[in-house]
Amino acid sequence: MKEKFIITASPHIKGRMNVRSMMRGVIYALIPAIAASIYFYRGRAIDLIVVSVLAALATEAIFQKVRHRKVTLLDGSALVTGLLLALVLPPSLPLGAAVLGAVIAIALGKQIFGGLGYNIFNPALVGRAFLLATFPVAMTTWTHPLSLDAVTTATPQGLWKFQGMATPLFKLFLGQVSGSLGESSAVALLLGGAYLFWKKYIDWRIPLAYFITVFVFGGITHLINPTKFAAPLFQVLVGGFLLGAIFMATDPVTTPLTKRGRWIFGFGSGIILIVIRLWGGLPEGVMYSILLMNMVVPLINRYTRTKPFGVR
Amino acid sequence: MAGTKFSGGIHPRYFRELTRDKPIKTAKLPGKVFIPLSQHTGAPAQPTVKVGDEVKVGTQIGKSDKFISSPVHSSLSGKVVAIENHPHPVLGRSPAIVIEGDGGDEREEFTPRDPEAITPEEARKSIAQAGIVGLGGAAFPTHVKLTPPEGKEIDTFILNGAECEPYLTGDYRIMIEKTDEVVQGLKIIMRTLRVKQAYVGIEKDKAEAIESLSKALRGEEGVEVVPLEVRYPQGAEKQLIKTLLNREVPSGGLPLDVGCVVNNAGTALAVYEAVKFGKPLYERVVTVTGRGVKDPVNLRVRIGTPIGDLLGECGGLWEDTGKVITGGPMMGLAQYSLEVPVIKGTSGILCLEEREVAFQEEMPCIRCARCVDVCPMGLLPTEMRKEIRARRWERLSDSHLLDCMECGCCQYVCPACIPLVHLFKLGKSELRRMKRS
Repeated sequence: MKEKFIITASPHIKGRMNVRSMMRGVIYALIPAIAASIYFYRGRAIDLIVVSVLAALATEAIFQKVRHRKVTLLDGSALVTGLLLALVLPPSLPLGAAVLGAVIAIALGKQIFGGLGYNIFNPALVGRAFLLATFPVAMTTWTHPLSLDAVTTATPQGLWKFQGMATPLFKLFLGQVSGSLGESSAVALLLGGAYLFWKKYIDWRIPLAYFITVFVFGGITHLINPTKFAAPLFQVLVGGFLLGAIFMATDPVTTPLTKRGRWIFGFGSGIILIVIRLWGGLPEGVMYSILLMNMVVPLINRYTRTKPFGVR
Repeated sequence: MAGTKFSGGIHPRYFRELTRDKPIKTAKLPGKVFIPLSQHTGAPAQPTVKVGDEVKVGTQIGKSDKFISSPVHSSLSGKVVAIENHPHPVLGRSPAIVIEGDGGDEREEFTPRDPEAITPEEARKSIAQAGIVGLGGAAFPTHVKLTPPEGKEIDTFILNGAECEPYLTGDYRIMIEKTDEVVQGLKIIMRTLRVKQAYVGIEKDKAEAIESLSKALRGEEGVEVVPLEVRYPQGAEKQLIKTLLNREVPSGGLPLDVGCVVNNAGTALAVYEAVKFGKPLYERVVTVTGRGVKDPVNLRVRIGTPIGDLLGECGGLWEDTGKVITGGPMMGLAQYSLEVPVIKGTSGILCLEEREVAFQEEMPCIRCARCVDVCPMGLLPTEMRKEIRARRWERLSDSHLLDCMECGCCQYVCPACIPLVHLFKLGKSELRRMKRS
């Protein structure tokens, strides 16, 4: 018999979920989208993904070393940020820009707030927002998927918004449309999303609220003026919506704490997205819809506090 | 009625298969017992015997004049050999009366009573004299629970057969093996409280217990057996009342604030035996379980038996046992010594393997809010953690931290492995200290 036993406060058993397994889960869930991006854009996709991931990891490590903090590359969060950033970049973006985006994402999006768990904004989206401001042309230049000569083209949103052309929905669904690396194939993103739900890595409330809002709000405007406003299914299958709804609007760090708060977050993101798409100067608004809602999360948390048991 | 649900909660693995089908066995008489003077919520008892005195099984050896207290009784026939500080499963070390057995098992003369004819006052007196306390763990004196203060109208008694802590099966076995006695105890409590309505709440995974109690209570007016959803902490008083009656015990309040009294099945049995036979609480059922112990079993154990004796009787511990816990895995207490005795509130002895309790490195909170989702008290664990870590006690004032019952759901699900319950214990003691000063 043992002389010494472990002494800790209760509870003495623990569920299986942990931060590392959650990050790993997100990475697994991104595999279909990554595979699709490599299928559609070949070497360009690989280059961008590798560069973005390496830059994210290096920035995290250097930042933590300089600040004499423990280097936490193994938690997987910088890897996730690097991957997500690559997936929201246009395939023809110069690699140097991708590096810069990843550095900004980790340094200004995450580490400057204190690292994992303390950031306000989704780091990958901070990186992308920065690039959109610094490389406005490169960030809005799109190439045809599967065409090895980089012929520039417009995204489905661009075609709709500026030329009134609708892209067939099945094409959107399977993914042979131009756009950023990860957004070309809806089915690949949905596969990843299904995995995340199944493993309970993400809460369904935000994506659902986001989806419903975009679908309903988009549907109403479409009914009012079908030639000017796109069909609701188009709104949810096109562009970065699924990528944002499944992988970015569900980032636990930058979304509300309470269930009610998560509904509000999804609803608010949906409204902002539709407003930008329909009336804004940009064809796409997923990034800003999420970043803007990230900003109001503390406020949402404050006004959606849970009702303690036994309090009226 | 049972359609309402409490919010939050978790579904841990229950591991009841280790002991659920093993009938209660009477443990060997220990050579020596260590009976702490404080085994209950309330004032500690004072010794009524001195070193050298001869005692029998059931001899009162300690009592207090305070109302919220409970006497203690010898669980062996033999001699008082010491009154000294001894390891205690809850208090670390605490004064205990040490009795050496004489090998016999001679009992004190108890005063039996007729449970049907007894008045509420007499019942309370019998229960108080027998030293009955809640056997679920908190060990609150039962006669106090059964004495509602002036102005509090009690209309419902709830027999708690939920036994929601993983691993434990003592109440389950009692409900199956001592069905009629439990029912008698329930009726005594109902008459003592003068209530016409009672519920028996049992989690659905204890089908046999639901069946036997339903059968025993068939035709009984005002008493209903309600199968409950299997979800921890279904057996917590407030959650149980919410589920059965859709009443919410107010923050900081007690079940009697919403007209309820709750006792578990083991306590009902003890009440019955105290009234019917005058039998003091000198033994109880303990689930000895976990993968760390060689032969898990339910034992009827004399109060004061060192847990090491019981583990020996169950084949001893495996080499890789890392933790020995009194109570269940969610709210039980890790023990540093096998010398600690079984006390009135010891529902189980749980031995976990080292790999089951391996230290997990803490990570930063990623604000995933799983803790918020599972908190059955509707609190915001991660926010409270932040303030406690920063020692901003004043910012905890409207957090309702004092309503935290330390059920452990938040920590169970926390992917960052943050010791939340530990922090809340700290925060609560700090808040109480501030309140006092």
